[in-house]
Amino acid sequence: MAETNLVMIVVAAILINNVIFSRFLGICPYLGVSKKLSTAFGMGMAVVFVMTLATALTWPIQKLILEPFDMGYLQTISFILVIASLVQLVEIILKKTVPTLYQALGIYLPLITTNCAVLGVAIININEKLSYLQALIFSMASALGFTLALIIFAGIRERLAIRKVPSVFAGIPIALIVAGLLAMAFMGFAGLGN
Amino acid sequence: MSAWKEFAKGFWNQNPVLRLLLGLCPVLAVTTSATDAIGMGLSATFVLTMSNLVVSLMRKGIPDRVRLPAFIVIIATFVTIVDMVLKAYMFDLHKSLGLFIPLIVVNCIILGRAEAFASKNTALMSMVDGLGMGLGFTLALFILGTIREILGNGTFFGMTLFGEGFDPVLVFVLPPGAFIGLGFLIAGMNYLERRKANG
Repeated sequence: MAETNLVMIVVAAILINNVIFSRFLGICPYLGVSKKLSTAFGMGMAVVFVMTLATALTWPIQKLILEPFDMGYLQTISFILVIASLVQLVEIILKKTVPTLYQALGIYLPLITTNCAVLGVAIININEKLSYLQALIFSMASALGFTLALIIFAGIRERLAIRKVPSVFAGIPIALIVAGLLAMAFMGFAGLGN
Repeated sequence: MSAWKEFAKGFWNQNPVLRLLLGLCPVLAVTTSATDAIGMGLSATFVLTMSNLVVSLMRKGIPDRVRLPAFIVIIATFVTIVDMVLKAYMFDLHKSLGLFIPLIVVNCIILGRAEAFASKNTALMSMVDGLGMGLGFTLALFILGTIREILGNGTFFGMTLFGEGFDPVLVFVLPPGAFIGLGFLIAGMNYLERRKANG
């Protein structure tokens, strides 16, 4: 039973409740770094890494510190500080220990602090009352859903860049309309849950 | 004169949503109705004005190297206040805005104004800037919320607008409608701007 539950969490987080198309989290990097496929992939991987780590830290903070001492109102402040320092720390550690990975992800890391998907998912974990394991799986799957959306979108935008678009729609407006059509396509997955 | 300019720039020339394309997550997420849109806009305006004020007052005391964490703590404080006030006095609004109240913390408009404006200007100017930018944000949310509510639900602030024969375009209150609506709104803005430039 527990296993089907975890599988369901993965499917739901990637396809049915995709962070971009149904929860509207992380729209800034979604529009910002989706012009080329290669950067989209790098950004996606950096988000997977940071989002899973952020959940690994924020979930225990909520359950072991904030809740026992009845300090739930400090959730927003403590989560955002943990995420911001985590990103800094990851950047420093990667730079010293795994330079190749740092070169691949480095430039995306500072951008992630203000990626609302990371804080959003950390809070959803708590609101949905997920267990530690469920929360970790959910975060990783959400980040993979983000990556999937980003890569599909980047592929389309690479083609869009060489097409003739009415000049007032060029750039962001046409990209938003494409995102709307993609969101419509993703709505087709809604039936999977039943 | 110049205070008025700082206030007015947020509505058109530097409208955070329609021109600078900042803080789009709440714009897309909470604009299913005009009421939610205004609630979100005013919450963000309060946080933006107050955080601009405090950042500006403390701008000489915050060491340059730790300024971003310091700004974030200031912003998060006001977000927590908004969260608690809404929960206590406007529970329905709190429920429909949900996750997006704590997420005001990571709204790029607020950190952006703290960094670009409040850390360099006087307290009064910073408040005026925050108020103008916040109301510009609210205006954009309100326009999109109105369009989506009328087309997708046939209502305006909850009042039914059309007779029996009106068939609402359901997709406009669903996620795809948010993206498409905002796309057309920005394109319309570009069109007006171009016409103005060409005389």
